[in-house]
Amino acid sequence: MADVRQIVIDIISDIAPDEDVTNLDDKVSLREQLDLDSMDFLDIVMELRKRHKVEVPQEDYPKLATLESCVSYLSPKFA
Amino acid sequence: MKYDAVVIGAGMSGLAAGIRLAMFDKKVVILEKHSIPGGLNSYYQRRNFDKGGIRQFDVGLHALTNFIKKGEKGKPFSKLLKQLRISYEDFKLCPQSYSKILFPEMELKFSNDFELLVTEVHEKFPHQIDQFMELVDKVKSFNELDLNLQYSSSRETLREILSDEMLIEMLLCPLLIYGSAWEDDMDFAQFVIMFKSLYFEGFSRPEGGVRTIISLLMKKFEELDGEIRFKTAVSQILTGSHGEAVGVKAGELEIMAPVILSSIGYPETVKLTPELSVRPRVGAMTFLESIFVFDKKIPLEENDSTIIFYNNAPKYSYRPATHYFDASSAVVCFPDNYEPLVRDGEGTVRITYMANYEQWKGLPKTQYDEMKEQVGESALSLMKKLNPTFDGKLLFKDIFSPTTIERYTSHLSGTVYGSIDKTRDGRTPVKNLFIIGTDQGFLGIVGSMLSGISMANLHGLMNEI
Repeated sequence: MADVRQIVIDIISDIAPDEDVTNLDDKVSLREQLDLDSMDFLDIVMELRKRHKVEVPQEDYPKLATLESCVSYLSPKFA
Repeated sequence: MKYDAVVIGAGMSGLAAGIRLAMFDKKVVILEKHSIPGGLNSYYQRRNFDKGGIRQFDVGLHALTNFIKKGEKGKPFSKLLKQLRISYEDFKLCPQSYSKILFPEMELKFSNDFELLVTEVHEKFPHQIDQFMELVDKVKSFNELDLNLQYSSSRETLREILSDEMLIEMLLCPLLIYGSAWEDDMDFAQFVIMFKSLYFEGFSRPEGGVRTIISLLMKKFEELDGEIRFKTAVSQILTGSHGEAVGVKAGELEIMAPVILSSIGYPETVKLTPELSVRPRVGAMTFLESIFVFDKKIPLEENDSTIIFYNNAPKYSYRPATHYFDASSAVVCFPDNYEPLVRDGEGTVRITYMANYEQWKGLPKTQYDEMKEQVGESALSLMKKLNPTFDGKLLFKDIFSPTTIERYTSHLSGTVYGSIDKTRDGRTPVKNLFIIGTDQGFLGIVGSMLSGISMANLHGLMNEI
């Protein structure tokens, strides 16, 4: 089973290298905790596709709001 | 030849768009007519006859707007760094000392600390300070990146808030001449972009000038295995059976791709696309620049400002010169006055005037040269007026005209800020053909790069290629 939480954190720390990703609250929206905008969310989606061949259609972008929602939405795609 | 995307033009927006597409494994080629990259922000060199060696000059870039300090977040420049994955340090930004707007009997200074401008307005226009702060709030809360905004006049909006015409003129002056395709006015969304870029954020210059930016972009694009072809002029944008863009023709080459991003300007793109029925208007604003190199730097006691927005007329006129060039106003850039200030060695000054393309275009060679001499003399006397005791010896001068701009950038009528008809979402009536860069409506070097980025994201990445 892939560690989806860690996969997302790895991507975030690559696209926003100045952000501190060590103490994220899984239930709070990523945007509230980090300086991420819609362009950054596009990069998260593009990296998921590039690195893991996982597709996230545009209408599902809101499902990436928190780490917890990322894990529940993405885990089936990694199964 | 088949690609996922073709980018026309290797200027700031084209390179940035190419990087974004290549970053996510799109097969992309950038086609550039000229032999070097940069477009409107490029460089050239001249042999130094006195001492041997070569002097290098920037074209375009007086100042990089949108200055941020390391670690600042949520600003256009920080978005650009993240999207291109280039580190802050690589740009080697040298901040301005300060700049000033110099009108008859009135002067406003501004710097990378917005408080300076607030203090200046407070001191010099005390009756307008509350209204000025109201304008600042309006600018702060305005979403200039909304791609669906329609044109609205900045002058009208300013007059609804401010009552002092002199203050309105002074605030508009740098914003107009650093980005407006419109005469004597600009779109309020663009006013907001420029107000934030110049007054909130401020100026800096990469240590190596425009070359630093271009070589960072080129290096990044090459690392991502992007392909770039110089001396490759696109002669036609090819369309398919449903009128959609399917590729480009460049000399003998036919390059096919389902996405075409054109950075060469909207009217210029229309000229290459028989299928395009729109007629975006060519802007009238074009410029002349004189570059002077002296044997020493201007002493800081005499002048320590980075850029002077000079106007000597009762009212600031931002429109084509009536007679070849307009010496009543100018932008005077002192590229040596960026931190850290080095005081030995040669000193450079660049002086930009508004010009009249039609008149320059019609000049026979000998009169063209004579007129350029007149421009040079006028600019040199302005330099003396602004630095009355400076006694440096002139070592070198060069002047470029609207026709020089047209020749090297292929922008119709030598325009620098493009068409007065922008396409904010980048779309054209021809499917799969998109406009990026100045005619998409973001301004300045940072704006151009962000335009390339956001259009590549929207039309090249989010829509599955």
